[in-house]
Amino acid sequence: MSTLTGTGPLVRLALRRDRVVLPVWIAVFALVAAFAAAATASLYPDAATRVEAAAAINAAPSLVALYGPLHDPTSLGALALWKLGGFGAVLVAVLAVLTVVRHTRGDESAGRRELVGSTAVGRGAALAAALAVGWGASVTLGAATALGLAAAGLPVAGSVAFGAAWAGAGVVFAAVGGVAAQLARSARAARGLAILVLGAAFVLRAAGDVTGPGWLTWLSPIGWAQETRPYAGERWWVPALSVAAALALAVVAHLLDARRDLGAGLLADRPGPGAAAAGLRSPLALAARLHRGVLAAWTVGFLLIGALLGSVASAADELLAGPRMREVLRALGGEQGLTDAFLAAEFGVLAVLASAFVVQAALRLHAEERARRVDLVLSAPVGRVRLAAGHVAAAAGGAVVLLVAAGAGAGLGHGLQTGAVGAELPRLVGAALGQLPAVWVVGGLTVALIGLAPRAAAAAWPALVAFLLIGELGPLLRLPSWVLDLSPFTHLPRWPGPVQDPVTPLLWTTVVAAALTAAGLAGWRRRDLQ
Amino acid sequence: MTAPTVAVSGLVKSFGRVRALDGLDLRVETGEVHGFLGPNGSGKTTTLRVLLGLLRADAGAVRLLGGDPWRDAVALHRRLAYVPGEVVLWPNLTGGEVIDLLGRLRGGLHPRRRAELLERFDLDPTVAGRAYSRGNRQKVALVAALASDVELLLLDEPTAGLDPLMEAEFRRCIEQERRAGRTVVLSSHVLSEVEALCDRVSIIRAGRTVESGTLADLRHLSRTAVTAELAAEPPDLAALPGVHDVEVSGRRVRCAVDADALDDVVTALARAGIVGLTSRPPTLEELFLRHYARTAHPAGRT
Ligand SMILES: Nc1ncnc2c1ncn2[C@@H]1O[C@H](COP(=O)(O)OP(=O)(O)OP(=O)(O)O)[C@@H](O)[C@H]1O
Ligand SMILES: [Mg+2]
Repeated sequence: MSTLTGTGPLVRLALRRDRVVLPVWIAVFALVAAFAAAATASLYPDAATRVEAAAAINAAPSLVALYGPLHDPTSLGALALWKLGGFGAVLVAVLAVLTVVRHTRGDESAGRRELVGSTAVGRGAALAAALAVGWGASVTLGAATALGLAAAGLPVAGSVAFGAAWAGAGVVFAAVGGVAAQLARSARAARGLAILVLGAAFVLRAAGDVTGPGWLTWLSPIGWAQETRPYAGERWWVPALSVAAALALAVVAHLLDARRDLGAGLLADRPGPGAAAAGLRSPLALAARLHRGVLAAWTVGFLLIGALLGSVASAADELLAGPRMREVLRALGGEQGLTDAFLAAEFGVLAVLASAFVVQAALRLHAEERARRVDLVLSAPVGRVRLAAGHVAAAAGGAVVLLVAAGAGAGLGHGLQTGAVGAELPRLVGAALGQLPAVWVVGGLTVALIGLAPRAAAAAWPALVAFLLIGELGPLLRLPSWVLDLSPFTHLPRWPGPVQDPVTPLLWTTVVAAALTAAGLAGWRRRDLQ
Repeated sequence: MTAPTVAVSGLVKSFGRVRALDGLDLRVETGEVHGFLGPNGSGKTTTLRVLLGLLRADAGAVRLLGGDPWRDAVALHRRLAYVPGEVVLWPNLTGGEVIDLLGRLRGGLHPRRRAELLERFDLDPTVAGRAYSRGNRQKVALVAALASDVELLLLDEPTAGLDPLMEAEFRRCIEQERRAGRTVVLSSHVLSEVEALCDRVSIIRAGRTVESGTLADLRHLSRTAVTAELAAEPPDLAALPGVHDVEVSGRRVRCAVDADALDDVVTALARAGIVGLTSRPPTLEELFLRHYARTAHPAGRT
């Protein structure tokens, strides 16, 4: 029996389990790209307007840092998909990581792999099947996107290149997920490790495009996606880099897989304390213990990203900005003042990212329930709300920590450049915290789903992606205002910068967050536990 | 007379279209060790989760320690401890930390008793949850439950995964609990364990109680295996009420007889002249197999 025996049936099993999730995600990606393409065509009807917009974008290091440079100022396709190209590649990479980890470590910790492994299945088949599914999904997603873009009226060659760029990001990060699944000690840790690599890839790309040497970009698979240059003189050899990297990573993953025991990571366990610390005596303390590691990693990440964004922000002011450029930048987010507009837009994006932490922290309550670990705690004299409150507090408090870290990082990065750390630090921490109520709304929504519709609890993720897309593409697509209003992030003041009447929206958003949380907890208290 | 520790009557619980509990009755007196038996999927875990207030009963009356398990959950849980059927621990908490946490949540645990139990169950408390074997996970929950000072222990298949040495240790622990006057509800598939430990048992099938009482009661309710060597042709025993599974080979006859029909059978056999006669009470296995079998009916008929 070869180590790959049984891969085929495992692929079919995985596809059957993902038969709803994968097609939905693929359709969403393809449709969003097609709509973005169609909408931009009407926004910039002639080459002159496009050149002007492109010049504005490329002259703003802050925008280049976040979305990458625009390689052909005259190309409609390049402009239309400028934002979506890099951002979308990151999201495709996330999808690929989640898929591969789910079918490797996720199955292992649920004990399913042992069940399968005892049948006529080779040692390497589970990993091979997971990679096949991750790669297949990425390539299908790329093909569907290319079709959608071509159907929206963009040139075929560019559309294929764009699809290939997205697919390439997915293919590489599927393999990154495969390696992480071998190294980490749990599915959760494997996901975290792979996402950390993704974050590093994003930062490398940003640094390479703006300040550092250009070769930094070439270290990043996200950079490869953008350097494929769809609609701007396509470079067909770049996706081949992704394929080569993915194959190399897959080989590494297989070698690691052959060397470790089922259920274990390569990083071995050490004995821990034989007795609990004096503080571990309440559901809140338990929640703190369960969330602290993840929060610490995220906090470091937010500090670094904040610092990076803060230090490139001042470049925005050095721009010789004409009125038209200002208008473009304003349309891209922010009220006034180029640095402030940039930082406000970035805090908006970071707030969505912080919401991802909040969603996973709140969903931990649901995971504890499904694993029946809550049974153990609730069989002690602990009320249900008291138990849930621990996780809610970790989620809500974690959001505060992350936004403060982002603001502090930006304050330091920006302040060190302008020489006014003392003033910038509190100003930008405050500005970042302005997003807090919207993050809490996302957390409240998650708690409400857990309490009232536990089977649909994971719907918090697509809701968050929808908020991200509304924020990033809504103004561009000229979505009707009621659609924009669906996202809590739409309503908040865009700090830093002058804002009229910030109190009302802050207050209302906070009230909505509290109401959602209360409704969720009420449902959680009254319903059967799974 | 004191109120029973557990009093359940007519308990109904459905999950969507699955009726997991269908009019279940259960009565556990204070101070007894009560065996709770039934085939896979018959509703034992579901009943225990209703008693813990994790699930809400659809219908029926449920009283636990004199209170309502749903409404008074927190107050009642000060007085009980639970060992789930499948113990899932937090991957990054050690066994010792889990034992301490659960003990403190219940209002503290005796350090001496904790140390003694760790010793008796040969459990290393410094191992992280993810690294324990199945039996050791089970032991973590057992030590946490046994080390706390409670009136009632709800144990859902607590010895599944324990090795024979540990199972013997578990039996000694339950004997001590009984002497200390605690009430124990023990769901189990291990018949020898039930026979050794339980004062009374309840057998459920498909969400209903089919039998309840002491093991002696249950034996009495069930059939005796009779084998006879006769002097003449055997009489037609199958025609008698309460006689089952008649097998005749020459002058030898075997059958299973309900307790109240024994007298008639012996009379009928005596008429043919008894050369040899053995009768044997049912083994526990036979008793349970009969109740577990899907086609079997409560009491009597086959
Ligand atoms: N949360 C749930 N959702 C849906 N069905 C459930 C749920 N919990 C239990 N059931 C169903 O209820 C029935 C009784 O299950 P239960 O776990 O109580 O059986 P059990 O007697 O403990 O079995 P075992 O001996 O295998 O542990 C089964 O048919 C099971 O599928
Ligand atoms: Mg059970």
